[in-house]
Amino acid sequence: MKKLEVKQATKIFGKSPKRGLELLKKGLSKQTIKEKTDLNVGVAGATFNVESNEVFVIMGLSGSGKSTLVRLLNRLINPTSGTILIDGEDITRMNPEQLRTVRRKKISMVFQGFALFPHRTILENTLFGLEIQGVDKKERADHARQALERVGLKGYEDSYPDQLSGGMQQRVGLARALASDTDILLMDEAFSALDPLIRKDMQDQLLDLQSEMQKTIVFITHDLDEALRIGDRIALMKDGQIVQIGSPEEILMNPANEYVEHFVEDVDLSKVITAGQIMARAEAINCDRGARVALQLMNDNGISSIFAVDRSKKLLGVVDADDAAAAFKAGTPLSEIIQQVNPVQVDTHLNDLFEDISKSALPLAVVDEQGRLRGIVKRAAIINALAGNTALTEEEDVKSV
Amino acid sequence: MNETFLPKIPIGHWADLLIQFITNHFEGFFGYIASGIQSFVDSLVWLFAFMTPIVFILLCVAIAFWRRGIGVALFTLIGLVLIYDLGYWAHAMQTFALVLTSVVLSILIGFPLGILAGINKTFHRIMTPILDFMQTMPSFVYLIPAIFLFGTGMPPGVVATIVFAMPPTIRMTGLGIRQVPSDLIEASDAFGTTTWQKLIKVQIPIAAPTVMAGINQSIMLSLSMVVVASLVGAPGLGADVYLAVTSLRTDIGVEAGLAIVIIAIMLDRISQNTRNKKTGES
Repeated sequence: MKKLEVKQATKIFGKSPKRGLELLKKGLSKQTIKEKTDLNVGVAGATFNVESNEVFVIMGLSGSGKSTLVRLLNRLINPTSGTILIDGEDITRMNPEQLRTVRRKKISMVFQGFALFPHRTILENTLFGLEIQGVDKKERADHARQALERVGLKGYEDSYPDQLSGGMQQRVGLARALASDTDILLMDEAFSALDPLIRKDMQDQLLDLQSEMQKTIVFITHDLDEALRIGDRIALMKDGQIVQIGSPEEILMNPANEYVEHFVEDVDLSKVITAGQIMARAEAINCDRGARVALQLMNDNGISSIFAVDRSKKLLGVVDADDAAAAFKAGTPLSEIIQQVNPVQVDTHLNDLFEDISKSALPLAVVDEQGRLRGIVKRAAIINALAGNTALTEEEDVKSV
Repeated sequence: MNETFLPKIPIGHWADLLIQFITNHFEGFFGYIASGIQSFVDSLVWLFAFMTPIVFILLCVAIAFWRRGIGVALFTLIGLVLIYDLGYWAHAMQTFALVLTSVVLSILIGFPLGILAGINKTFHRIMTPILDFMQTMPSFVYLIPAIFLFGTGMPPGVVATIVFAMPPTIRMTGLGIRQVPSDLIEASDAFGTTTWQKLIKVQIPIAAPTVMAGINQSIMLSLSMVVVASLVGAPGLGADVYLAVTSLRTDIGVEAGLAIVIIAIMLDRISQNTRNKKTGES
């Protein structure tokens, strides 16, 4: 379901900004418009949808317009043109009263500099949104306490913001946004001011919260690693325009243009690409078949061992050619010569495959959550992927005889 | 000087006409204000007299101790006892009443104006030159129209004091409101506050230390007006100093002056910022 629909949202700063719309229509760039006029294009024609329960990351360098774009979504900045629909309602046409209701009930925000009120205790900061809505005193305190507990700040209710570390302060910022129980959470560079270790903790915590609470999150960042880590989809911005929207893998594997390519060239691919994306089709044999069939299959495919599966394609292990030949002579069933292997999961990242593949002479078996064989990963595929010249593979069914 | 080709612009005459016009048409209105101020000051003086010096001194010491601690409390005790000992108690109470009335009215008028100047740029731009004018015009000048409008005695003294002492409260309130960090304003807006909620729950509390600094300055400025106000017949320590100057009495001058200084230091210390009292840091 579409939670948020943004159509051609444009923000131009300066006096009589409508002039700029014409120039943008003519296809002039942000720089040209700035040179020709005193207008500054913040966001130009941004169009995207955010689905319910999705983590949508807007990424770009400073000055790319990402902070302006996120402020258009709750109209902290009024768009010059375009429409912004929340649950199908156009917030650009709302009067102040309606807008306040949307801000109170539907969309809350976490800020880069935390923006905690210094004169209020942690609890008072957290219940701010509910206080504004006129929620009963006891109820708002209860909600706020729950939100604080969720972010791991139980026991700090009566402290003041300046007594807390940066990471803790941002947890309060998060709790304050959660306490209002809105569906949409806007996070403007929420973790950028934190040091790397704490940032990673916060990202983990956000992902945990997300799997628990199922919010719709719009996350702004300039950090590609962060975007790849937490984003279901990523929109990449440059000069006020969205250059590409896609899943982390799509952005990495099929950059839309040189800018995106340049942006992603330093990414540590081994932390992004998963086994499922580089696996090849696996030859497998059903363990009910005989050793002769196994030998035949290996011979046909030019391999010296073959993975064995049961009828539901669940991985049982591997059968060696020498063992199969011996079993064929002795007439033993195939199930007795299967050797155990350690399979990897479809969503295992490349950097977790290195050790396994270096120890094993065989390709790695890739299985899904039910333990069914989905494919194999060969050494060459890993090296190819790290070199960046792999096309995404479609998941194929394992062929078994 | 008058023989230039430029005819003299009759600004003084206009001011004269304006005051005449106001006196003729609004005399009743200003009469009400004058009697209102008079009765407010009178009731304060009565209250201080009713309290007796001992209760008054103990009350001040208690407030000083609560606000600032033992040092200021001790100073207040010694200072007030000294004023009593020198025989200026009654006059000191009149001065106290004058200052208190002026400061209360300064805050009542200045605080809302300051907030308006803080949130509205146009109003701020209009207000700034007016405040400059109020503060730099020699304070004696206010006395002349004040006599026409409010007669003599305490009321014109209070009014002239307010005009002179109010600007810091307006300025600092406006400054405090404007200095609230923009991300806090954004956060407040993002949670759907009305203008009023934002003002009460975010802007004013965060501006409070700056506002207090402005009020502190207003208090000090109204004390500096005490002697000037005595020129139009406002009673109190200022009148003693004025008398000492006109009759060249060093003894009275020094004693009454000292009493003013004691009250000034006491009020200044009590009204000064005690920052971060809540978080226990200073």
